[in-house]
Amino acid sequence: MISRSLGRLSDSTQFHEPLDVAGQDRIVLTQQLEMMLRIRYAERFLANGRRDGIVGGPVHLGIGQEAVATGVAAVLRKSDRIFGGHRSHSHVLSMGGSVYRLFAEVLARRSGMSRGMGGSMHLWDKPNGFYGAVPIVAGTVSLAVGAGLAAKLQGVQDIGVAYLGDGAMEEGVVHEALNLARMLNAPVLFVVENNLFASHMHISLRQPSDSMVRFAVANDIEHSVVDGNDVVKTHQAADALVQRIRAGHGPGFLEAVTFRWFGHVDWREDIDVGVYRSADEVSEWRKRDPIARLYKGLCSAGWFDETTMAQLEEKISQEVQKAWDLALRDESPSIEAMSDYVYGARAA
Amino acid sequence: MTTVRKNYGAAILEAFEYLLSRYPEVFVIGQGLWSPWYVGNSMTNLDKKFGTHRVIDAPVSEAAATGAAVGAALAGMKSIVVHPRMDFMLYAMDAIVNQAAKWSSMVGGQAAPGVTIRGIINRGGEQGAQHSQALHAWFAHIPGLRVVMPATVVDARDLLIASVLSGDPVLYIDDRWLYDLEEDLSPIKEVALSEVEPQTLKAGGDVTLVASSYSTKLALDAAEVLERQGIAAEVIDLRVINPYRSRCIAESVRRTGRLLVVDGGWAPCGMAGEVIASVVEQVEPRMLKRAPSRVTLPFASAPTSTVLERAYYPTADLVVQKTKDLLR
Repeated sequence: MISRSLGRLSDSTQFHEPLDVAGQDRIVLTQQLEMMLRIRYAERFLANGRRDGIVGGPVHLGIGQEAVATGVAAVLRKSDRIFGGHRSHSHVLSMGGSVYRLFAEVLARRSGMSRGMGGSMHLWDKPNGFYGAVPIVAGTVSLAVGAGLAAKLQGVQDIGVAYLGDGAMEEGVVHEALNLARMLNAPVLFVVENNLFASHMHISLRQPSDSMVRFAVANDIEHSVVDGNDVVKTHQAADALVQRIRAGHGPGFLEAVTFRWFGHVDWREDIDVGVYRSADEVSEWRKRDPIARLYKGLCSAGWFDETTMAQLEEKISQEVQKAWDLALRDESPSIEAMSDYVYGARAA
Repeated sequence: MTTVRKNYGAAILEAFEYLLSRYPEVFVIGQGLWSPWYVGNSMTNLDKKFGTHRVIDAPVSEAAATGAAVGAALAGMKSIVVHPRMDFMLYAMDAIVNQAAKWSSMVGGQAAPGVTIRGIINRGGEQGAQHSQALHAWFAHIPGLRVVMPATVVDARDLLIASVLSGDPVLYIDDRWLYDLEEDLSPIKEVALSEVEPQTLKAGGDVTLVASSYSTKLALDAAEVLERQGIAAEVIDLRVINPYRSRCIAESVRRTGRLLVVDGGWAPCGMAGEVIASVVEQVEPRMLKRAPSRVTLPFASAPTSTVLERAYYPTADLVVQKTKDLLR
């Protein structure tokens, strides 16, 4: 019997130290720091906008989880076929998605990524490889398998990517999808962001083990498990898996252990409603901050300092503020849009 | 024009051969595709002709196989999923109803999955409650899906092709009880599914019979019997039940003043009820000579016993009798 557990990886008191950046590409790391800041600042705007009643619908924020998408996106192409779920702002931004068009979408404006028809939970940005995110838990996992299979049938080296969480792993269709991907040798990467919570429920109340790669083992799928708040390790693990997938060796499975600072939905920390989610636990996890750890690692290497960080923060802050102001001025979709999009435009 | 005599099952096979040979982006996934067992004569040797990479016999995973077909469609393929029994397709409801049907609306029309989901109605033979269902009405309720129910041999072929080429998610429902139906077929015609309207298969002025799929065959058989008795029944085949187009049905009822709908599903919230509702919304009460009526399954799950099956499934005789009730 395979007995697996995450051990130190799910221990909130571990991995607080700066990242070891020795031997890494300084430019890549600086870009990743910038991307993570962009994602965090953008989500802060959404949190505040929701709190202040400017954002009309629910926002599922991933503050604290920025390193996963940032590390994975570093090895993806805009011709890949990426699918997400309800918590996908980071997935779409990490591929180069526009903060302005994301904001416009969350604000349900016609200039949004999904023309204002989707909101935060239905994001589409195919020009950047983002085929779609929708909020039925695990709803897109098999779609990513099919999109990967399509690449194989089309004779291209692009891959399908399915972002899912530890909660989605409890849906039956995920297990069908893993088996199907393996049996069809489909080029698809499963990225499980294991943040230890599904809504309010801690994983120990939902599964006999906190390890998600045990399902990759069960389906004979190549896999890695990493500290998902370490962008360097996440990038490296994704790179190794994706090279193998592109070479035609079938699916890969990456488990990135992370933690969301906010509750399941909107801007609150949800200490009160979460089962096994104490203020102390959240506070320990905040010390495993993926941004602070990279910043400190860059400082230790002498590649960054307080001044350059302040400049970067100011630049991203202005960029995001500008995007927010612009999006707020945009119009809602037309009433006709409700009917116009029921059937597809390329219908014969 | 030369015609070839074919049955309904062979017509479906011809459509698959046409699609797979003309359109490299077509592939098929589902259970039983490498076995002659599951889908009658409708897919014989496709795997051998076109390769097992394009005709994929899937693991026992309706949900993932359907989801994969939806995802492949979003990535430019013309996907076809086959569910040899519609009952098992219920495992794939999320992929069909939440994903495929809503995708275009959710993303502002910037993408739509051109996936055809073939759900086969396969009943009788003491198969019982979980192997016999005709659930088309559920899917006619969903915006964004197209639902096709061919009743004729030519439609079995040409509407399958139209479904796959439509660019939209389509549920194509064929009934195993129609597989032996024969017709002289003209060469294949590519038609636009969005333009397919209900079709009058037999003209008549006394009563309007509306049906789809196997129920259309019952209506046609009944109309022949009625004709010999001096009653002229008009038979309209729905062909596409989502989006449902009622205009020509209302027109017919304005002329005949009488409507009987025959449907292979249950009555409550069913297709027959929808047809009747659409007619009474459009036709002035004074033009109706009798209250509209319907023939459906009894409101019970399919039995196994052959004796009970005989009582359960509507027959042409029942349609004749119900039509005569309208004319009394």
